[in-house]
Amino acid sequence: MNTPETQKNQAAFLETVDLRKHFEVGGGFLSGPPRMVQAVSDISFHVDEGTTLGVVGESGCGKSTMARLLMGLIERDSGSIRILGQEVGGTEGMSLREARRQMQMVFQDSFGSLNPRMTIEGSIMFGPLVHGVSRADARRRTHALLDRVGLEPSRYTARYPHELSGGQRQRVNIARALAMEPRMLVLDEPVSALDKSVEAQVLNLLLDLKEEFGLTYIFISHDLNVVQYISDRVMVMYLGKIVEIGSVEEIYDDARHPYTRALLNAMPSMDPAHRTESAPITGEPPSPIDPPSGCRFHTRCPFAEDICEKREPELQEKQTRRAVACHMEHPGSGHSQVGSSRHDQ
Amino acid sequence: MIASKEKDRPVVPPEVVSRGYWHGVISRLLRDKVSVACMIILGAIVLSAIFAPLIAPGDPTVGSVLERLKPIGEPGYLLGTDELGRDMLTRLLYGGRMSLITGVVPVTLALIIGGALGTIAGYVGGWTNAVIMRTIDVIFAFPSVLLAVAISGALGAGLENMLLALTIVLIPPIVRISESVTTQVRELDFVDAARASGAGSLTIIRAHILGNILGPIFVYSSSLLSVSIILASGLSFIGLGAKPPTPEWGLMLNTLRSAIYTQPVISALPGVMIFIVSLASNLLSDGLRSAMDVQR
Repeated sequence: MNTPETQKNQAAFLETVDLRKHFEVGGGFLSGPPRMVQAVSDISFHVDEGTTLGVVGESGCGKSTMARLLMGLIERDSGSIRILGQEVGGTEGMSLREARRQMQMVFQDSFGSLNPRMTIEGSIMFGPLVHGVSRADARRRTHALLDRVGLEPSRYTARYPHELSGGQRQRVNIARALAMEPRMLVLDEPVSALDKSVEAQVLNLLLDLKEEFGLTYIFISHDLNVVQYISDRVMVMYLGKIVEIGSVEEIYDDARHPYTRALLNAMPSMDPAHRTESAPITGEPPSPIDPPSGCRFHTRCPFAEDICEKREPELQEKQTRRAVACHMEHPGSGHSQVGSSRHDQ
Repeated sequence: MIASKEKDRPVVPPEVVSRGYWHGVISRLLRDKVSVACMIILGAIVLSAIFAPLIAPGDPTVGSVLERLKPIGEPGYLLGTDELGRDMLTRLLYGGRMSLITGVVPVTLALIIGGALGTIAGYVGGWTNAVIMRTIDVIFAFPSVLLAVAISGALGAGLENMLLALTIVLIPPIVRISESVTTQVRELDFVDAARASGAGSLTIIRAHILGNILGPIFVYSSSLLSVSIILASGLSFIGLGAKPPTPEWGLMLNTLRSAIYTQPVISALPGVMIFIVSLASNLLSDGLRSAMDVQR
């Protein structure tokens, strides 16, 4: 239904079409029928080879679920994932195992994502060994990668995760992901738990590695500054839906969706000329269990009208590869302020 | 991709080889004085049971009614005699054979079967978990002594049947423990990272799960060792296990109970042996659990 970019782009490394995951909660013998958490609802996007797609949104908007869906760590309810035009996990096309060679993930929790009883070397070697790389080659690859991510191999191979700092552990996690020689990394809040100074080092490492190995990134974060720094394109999610997608400049300089604008307004600015003008959105996002009807943002949107409650706005293609899911962007939607968002704040 | 990059850069020779997890566990275990002492005690008891015919001063089944219930230190009877005038030291040495078997064999079998079932239930989850755990609950609902008696009785007397009955009784608690620890470990990100690397479930369980769950399972299982010995002695007492005059610690404890007022020390001796074996194995597995914790 939502196909923001209908034109087939040959350069797209990863493409999802109507990806959906609803979790069942409650339910059972006495508690009545289960209710569904609509974690990820019909999201479609693509990532071009060699670029970084930043994904932003509040907690619980389905960012991490989306990452796990892409990696096949949880099964999708419907929709499809294509890598280089090949369907993943279908009867024909690419197997999940092959897809995982192409795509690796770095987790937010640097400690929890390393086996506490395995040495650094063991953790990094594990993937290549599983894929039939000889022990000597896997070890050589591990040492080269440790060196590359800035950890002296002779000092760190025999260490255990608890002996490392958060930044060092995250470097190990990056090395582990790269040990599979992937072409794409899904980075799920990789720097959120790090100190600011360490965060910058790891971000720069990620940028260097991307350049060096020709990697494609999906970079998930709730930190808008970080996303602006590292991304080529940005996707904004709200309650399991994409509300807006576009290039970094388009999103940060010309945000169209009220939610995106609210997020950007809430972002502290260093420049007194750009101090926060309108009130940031208040309150918690509604529960993704039985999300609001129509536009999911209408309960918190300052421009909400009847139409927003009744009908769900489609992710409207504006220019090529730019899309906004808002009735105000859709002439003829019945919203009184159609087009008003264009005259910026 | 990476291989081509390696050429441009001085490749670091893989000289630093981590010695592996289990190597570290053993060296940490050997540094722990309590664990080493327990290993020595258990080793001595096992060896003395194995070589009982060589070191025992007498015959475990032959006694003299005239020599009944001699106290400890009586000439010729280092640890006195039992209610039928048989040498206690000899009987304790020989009794170790049967008792260690009734303790170790059921616990080991239950550890393998129950550990495997619990790990599978915890790792796979969903329906598999429900089927395994609810089946275990059914067995769990019976009092363990009653269940052991019922199974032994149904299968008939004899050592093998008794071991089988004890194994079945010991499986449910081990499944429970291993299921709950596996469920906790399974939720951690490093398991997802391993799955994302394309590893199969068995490889992940072997490489990432086992090391993180064996500690608590070992400690719990070792506490079942004494339970198993006591249950076995109970079965022997009602004629479903070892039969008199076969020496067996539990059976000896039962038959000596009539002498508890006249020779309390002697009647307590088989219990002391059970206590020592149980305590030593418990402390040893506690030491093993600590040694498996790399963060120490």
